Amino acid sequence: MKLRFTLNGRPVELETPSDRRVVDLLREDLGLTGVKEGCGQGECGACTILVDGVSRLSCLMLAAQLTGSSITTIEGLAARGRLHPVQEAFVQQGAVQCGFCTPGMVLAAVDLLGRDPQPRREEIRDGLSGNLCRCTGYQKIVDAVEQAAQPPQPEEEP
Amino acid sequence: MPGVEAVLTHAQVRGSNRQGVIRKDQPVLVDDKVRHCGDAVALVVARDQGTLAAALGLIELELEPLEPVLDMTRALEPDAPLVHEDHPTGNILLAGELVSGRGQAALADCAQVVELALELPRQEHAFLETEAGWAILTPEGTLEIVASTQTPFRDRTEVAEALGLELEQVRVSAPYLGGGFGGKDGVTVQSLLGLAALACPGRPVKMWWSREESFLAGVKRHPARLHYRLGAESDGRLRALDADLCYDTGPYDHLGGVVMTLGLEHAGGPYRIEHVRLRARAVYTNNPVSGPFRGFGVPQAAAALEQAMDLMAQRLGLDPIELRRRNLARRGQRVASGARLDCSHGLEECLQKLAGHQWWRGRGAWKAQAGPFKRRGVGVAAVMHGLGYGPVVPDVANAKIELTPQGKIRVYSGVADMGQGNASTCLQIAGQVLNQGLENMELVLPDTERTLPSGSASASRTTFTYGQALIAASGQLRRRLLERAADLLFVASATELALLPGRVRHSASGRELPLARLAALMQESERVAVGRHRAPVSQERPTADEALRLHGLPHAVFSFATQLAAVELDELTGQVELKGFVSVCDCGRLLNQQLAEQQMQGAMAQGLGYALCEDFAVAGGRVQTPDLSTYLLPTSLDAPDMDSLWVQAHEPSGPFGLKGVGEVGMDGPLPAISNAVADACGLRAQRFPLTPERVLAVLGRPWAAGGRP
Repeated sequence: MKLRFTLNGRPVELETPSDRRVVDLLREDLGLTGVKEGCGQGECGACTILVDGVSRLSCLMLAAQLTGSSITTIEGLAARGRLHPVQEAFVQQGAVQCGFCTPGMVLAAVDLLGRDPQPRREEIRDGLSGNLCRCTGYQKIVDAVEQAAQPPQPEEEP
Repeated sequence: MPGVEAVLTHAQVRGSNRQGVIRKDQPVLVDDKVRHCGDAVALVVARDQGTLAAALGLIELELEPLEPVLDMTRALEPDAPLVHEDHPTGNILLAGELVSGRGQAALADCAQVVELALELPRQEHAFLETEAGWAILTPEGTLEIVASTQTPFRDRTEVAEALGLELEQVRVSAPYLGGGFGGKDGVTVQSLLGLAALACPGRPVKMWWSREESFLAGVKRHPARLHYRLGAESDGRLRALDADLCYDTGPYDHLGGVVMTLGLEHAGGPYRIEHVRLRARAVYTNNPVSGPFRGFGVPQAAAALEQAMDLMAQRLGLDPIELRRRNLARRGQRVASGARLDCSHGLEECLQKLAGHQWWRGRGAWKAQAGPFKRRGVGVAAVMHGLGYGPVVPDVANAKIELTPQGKIRVYSGVADMGQGNASTCLQIAGQVLNQGLENMELVLPDTERTLPSGSASASRTTFTYGQALIAASGQLRRRLLERAADLLFVASATELALLPGRVRHSASGRELPLARLAALMQESERVAVGRHRAPVSQERPTADEALRLHGLPHAVFSFATQLAAVELDELTGQVELKGFVSVCDCGRLLNQQLAEQQMQGAMAQGLGYALCEDFAVAGGRVQTPDLSTYLLPTSLDAPDMDSLWVQAHEPSGPFGLKGVGEVGMDGPLPAISNAVADACGLRAQRFPLTPERVLAVLGRPWAAGGRP
């Protein structure tokens, strides 16, 4: 099928089988190897991408489902060479070890903070519970998301 | 079939078709008999995944069924079928015994004896990146393999021998790994990739195991069966230990003998015990292959000993931390294995810190606040962990460092980085010696053509050994740079110069020489420095058994840790929830606290999985947990915030006083958690992990469906 969607801010038009897995389309056909496949069954979250700003598992999606949507992969998160605040926080807090879960984890965190800019620690843990990490024990990842969460807005004088 | 490039069997393997480190018993492609469900018998190379899957489906395999050996008990029976007919000791891959004093006979004189039998599960590494790599046979005839591996130099030798190539024909490189934990310590895809590349000259071939393939064919932590009897005087002095450890090593060696030997060495833990009999066996079966996994045989031993310690503390009415403190072997004393401890030793201070920690001091009040149908408990464990390869196999690293023509410092790392951050640590170490920041530095990852042989990224020795070699190389380059700069600046002595980021400065006159300018005036051979380091070995001889020495016993340097777990147990569901997790660790001086914390937190989370949910189930030799929905890993909701504290006992033989921290955090969680559960409910399970079903069975709840305690 002919597929049109927006990828990391740029329009894409390509010919692909409608049942091609999105993870394969992104990794193999478009070279976006920041999308990782850890299980192929939707259990590990390594293949997380943002579809219209919402985190989705690209190993469970088929190409046709991308029609007309706006996709963000880890490659598209840094704007004009500057890391996204979540990425910056991951670096500073040491939330990356082998790095394989990191792209999915960062995108899941971006999605979480988009919905809830100031989550409590337990809410961060809940929001990231679909993304497995085997290296860190999650603590520094939670620290990083906590850091990236917006600081409280100063209250307006009445 | 169109799109299929090659179909290969053992007939196309021109070398020994055997892989392994100590005992080379694992075929690349099976040529005599299939020994487990993950053995490869044929290799298909195809243009794309779809064609490959279709082609694999067309293979017909005719097998003559043989009687399998599916558990250790059967494997050890005299009439059991042999997994390897040519092995002189039958189904016992390796056995060892350490006896001191009057051995187990002294148990009869002890005021108190506690006894414990345990069955520990097979644990899957479950790195997020499964085994993967690619390879190509170049027009010059070099087989280039890029793989996710902890051991590029050893792989090179194994692949060359197995495939019948000259060593110089094989090049292996190891870019950053997506996790290793021991599961990539040894060949996984490498020989298969080599075989495929040889069949398709000039074309790149890729192999990337699916999660199911990784679970099927990858190595696991050894399932183990342990029996402990520990005896003490009424004042709490440990007097005798009789320990029997049995490791299911699966059908191939894959360092299983070394794993068992490390377990044997640590069977009596960090304690002084005068009379011991420690016995261990690694047993061949037709189950999945067991091999290295963070902890390397020690988590099993610690699981038994540290629970026995708590049983003894309870029996004697002693505080569990105090019982451990009283029995520690201090520096200069002998641990239960019979070897004298000569390394830096901060375990006593670790225990003191833990005793003063709020989780320990405040445990009474915390437990009392448990809600309805909840029970709370707090438990501890204390462990030691040997670093490196032991007395016989040389634990050597060779570092190389270069001032590039552009004036940058380039570190050639010979040890793989699987996520521990040792690549960064390399830059930190060289940067420290040469006074350079990251902006002036470059890194070359392990590559048998470009970097120097430095051993494996394993055994808690990666930075411990390589760091020393790098300090030597960096110091040599520093001296040379300053001396050559002194000549060029007409300065009498290099001591008048300071090496600053990107330049050399003559302090008295303020004149400076940029490193790029200095590099331009030096020849290549001057701009490169190498350093070698061989880690010290123990002079102790707790055994005359040369096989045990070859397999690594005893070690010279140990890291130490004590850990605390606070659990809440749900009486209705059997769920055990970890509420608090503390470690106090002596791994020498910390070079980078953030990286050390990463290691500790990651190990504790794996330990939590080992204790509570990870059970790689096998029935009839077949995998019952083929994916991540049946093999359960801890999630961000299962691991609590952990408190990592440090006691930095400077170790003179380590780089800047450092000892290894990769594994020591894995040894204590299971017994600490089990001790906490016992503290909560007064009962212990014999089988692990402590799944809700098992906990309910332990509690005697009638609704515990099928769970055996």
